[in-house]
Amino acid sequence: MNAVTRNKEVTYGESGASFERIKGAGLDTTHGAILYLEDITVSFDGFKAINRLNLDISVGELRCIIGPNGAGKTTMMDVITGKTRPSSGTAHFGQTFDLTKMSEPEIAHAGIGRKFQRPTVFEQHTVFENLELAMKMNKRVVPTLFFKLSSEQKGKIEAVLKLIRLNGQERRLAGLLSHGQKQWLEIGMLLMQEPQLLLLDEPVAGMSDAETERTAELLNELRGKHSIMVVEHDMAFVTEIARDGIVTVLHEGSVLAQGLMQQVQSDERVIEVYLGR
Amino acid sequence: MSTSLFSRPAWIGIVVCTTVLALLPLLNLEFPADHALHISSYTVALIGKYMCYAMAALALDLVWGYTGILSLGHGAFFALGGYAHGMYLMRAIGRDGVYQSHLPDFMVFLDWKAYPWYWSFTDNFWYCMALVVLVPGLLAFAFGFFAFRSRIKGVYFSIITQAMTFAFMLLFFRNDTGFGGNNGFTDFKRVLGFTITDAGTKAALYMVTLMFLLGALLLCRWIVTSKLGRVLQAVRDSESRLMFIGYNPLWFKLFVWTLSAVLCGIAGALYVPQVGIINPGEMSPGNSIEMVIWAAVGGRGTLLGPIIGAFSVNGLKSWFTAAFPDLWLFALGLLFILVTLFMPQGLLGLVKKLRRNQQTEEVA
Repeated sequence: MNAVTRNKEVTYGESGASFERIKGAGLDTTHGAILYLEDITVSFDGFKAINRLNLDISVGELRCIIGPNGAGKTTMMDVITGKTRPSSGTAHFGQTFDLTKMSEPEIAHAGIGRKFQRPTVFEQHTVFENLELAMKMNKRVVPTLFFKLSSEQKGKIEAVLKLIRLNGQERRLAGLLSHGQKQWLEIGMLLMQEPQLLLLDEPVAGMSDAETERTAELLNELRGKHSIMVVEHDMAFVTEIARDGIVTVLHEGSVLAQGLMQQVQSDERVIEVYLGR
Repeated sequence: MSTSLFSRPAWIGIVVCTTVLALLPLLNLEFPADHALHISSYTVALIGKYMCYAMAALALDLVWGYTGILSLGHGAFFALGGYAHGMYLMRAIGRDGVYQSHLPDFMVFLDWKAYPWYWSFTDNFWYCMALVVLVPGLLAFAFGFFAFRSRIKGVYFSIITQAMTFAFMLLFFRNDTGFGGNNGFTDFKRVLGFTITDAGTKAALYMVTLMFLLGALLLCRWIVTSKLGRVLQAVRDSESRLMFIGYNPLWFKLFVWTLSAVLCGIAGALYVPQVGIINPGEMSPGNSIEMVIWAAVGGRGTLLGPIIGAFSVNGLKSWFTAAFPDLWLFALGLLFILVTLFMPQGLLGLVKKLRRNQQTEEVA
C-alpha cells in the first residue's frame, strides 16, 4: 500500500470530529495563527529560563525550533501545555483559549498534543491499548468505564498503526519496542488525539539513520494536516523537514533569529552562539 | 461479557472454591458433631472472618495493585463500616443489656440520659446499611479529593493514610465520642430479629458474606478489564503522560479510591456480627499494614491473589498465634521481607512462573 492511499484512510483534525463530545471544535483561527506567545517570561528562582519570548505559528505550518542547550525550548513547550505557568506574558491557542489559565488535560482536549523528549508510552500496555487510550473521545470517568470500541474506532487505530509502521505489532507490550518504535508510537498516540497543533520535542533523539529518515518521511506526510512545532538538535534532520518553512533559533530564552534555514545558518549571531559553545 | 471476565482455569477455580466455601456451613449444620463430615462451628466462624479480610484485601488491590496508590489506612474504612453496622446491632439489643436500659450499657455507664444526635434512626437496619456505604465512601471522597488534588503521591500519601487511621483510632478510644470507647460495641443479641448466636443465623451471615465477596470480585474484575481499568494502570505507570493525552487522573483516582473504601466498609460491616465485637483496635496502624501484607503475599494487581493471600496469611496467623503466640509479629515481618525479595508477584506470580517453566520444559 502506498503513502497516498494510506493518508486517505486516516481522518484527522476537523474532519475526524464525528464523535466529538468535548470542547475543542470551537477553535477560532480567523487571524491565521494557531498559537501566539507574547512577552512570555518564566523564571526559576531568579533564573530566566524564558525571557520576553514572542512567537507565533500559523495554521498548517511546520515550524522548526533550534537552539543550544538551555535555550528554553523545553520550558516553552511546558508553558504551552500547561505544565509550567509563566511569570508574565500571554499564551493563546487560536483566538479564544488562554493557555496560561488551563490545566494539562483541558489543553490536550482543546487540541494540543505533545511528544516528550524521552519517549513516554505506557510500557505495561500493548501498542493497541496505547493508541486506544489516546484516541479522541469523552475522557471522563463514567464514559470510560462503559466504553466499547466501535469498528470505526478500530479502523482509526489500524490506520494510525500503518502510518507509524507498527502494524502487526499491536499486541506487543509497548515496553518491548525499540527506542525508535516507541518514538513513533508516541507520535501515533498524538495523532489519535486528533490535535490541531502537534508539539514534538526532539523526535529523532537517539534514532538510527534509517529511523531518522523514516521519521522525516512521517512528518512530511503530516505536513499541512496539522500545525506542527518541532524542537530538534539534529541539523540534517531540520534541513530535511524545514524545506522552505521558517526556522526559529532560540537563545537564552528569547528568539535570536528567524527565517529560512539557509538564512539562519548563515546568520553571524547564530554561528557565534552555536560555535561559541 | 461474563464469560470473558476470567480465563477458563480461573473460572473453574472460582466455581470450585465458592462451592466448597458454600458447603462448609451446611456440613456444620447437617452432620452431628461426631460425624466424619462435620465441620466445627469454630472453623466456619474462622472462614467467615477470613472472607471479610479477603474482601478488604481485594478492595486494597484495586487501589494499590492497579492504580499504584498504597493505602496504609484501609483499616479505618473497614472499622467505620463495622461501627455503622454495630450501631444497629447495639440498638437491636433493646433492654436485654446488663443495665436493662433502652440505652447501650456503655452509655448507662457514662450516665448519659439519651442517645446523642448522631445515633438518630440507627434502630433502622437499612439506615445503618446506608451508613455502611456512605460513611467510608464520603470520608474517602473528601480525603482523596484534597490529597489527589494537591498531587500528593507515593510514600507521602501512604503516610497520611496511616496518620488518618491513627487519628480515627484515638478519636474512637475516647468515651465521649459516643462509640463505646476502648471497649467498642459488643454483646450483640440479634440481627433483624434473629438470635445472633444461633447456628442458623451464623450460617446465613456466612453465606451473605460469601455472596458479597464473590460479587465484589466480579465487580472489581469487570472494572479492571474495562477501559477504565487500563486508565488506572496508566495512572500507576505514567500519570503525567495520561494528563497530556487528556485524562484528568484526579477523578479516576477518586473513583477507585472511594469505591475501594466502600468495599472495605462493607467487609467491616459483614465482619462485626460474625466476630461479635468492634473496637478501636481495628483502626490501629498495624491492622492496615497487615492488609497490605495479605495483598502482597497473594500477588498484587491480580484480584484473586489478595483473596488467596488473605486466606493463607490469616490461616498461618491462626495456627501461629496458637502455637507460638509471642512470635507472630516477627513471623509476619519476615514473611513480608521474604515475599518482597523473592516473590515480588506473590503466590499467584509464583504459580504462574512455575507453570511457565513447566511449559518451556515440555517444549524442550
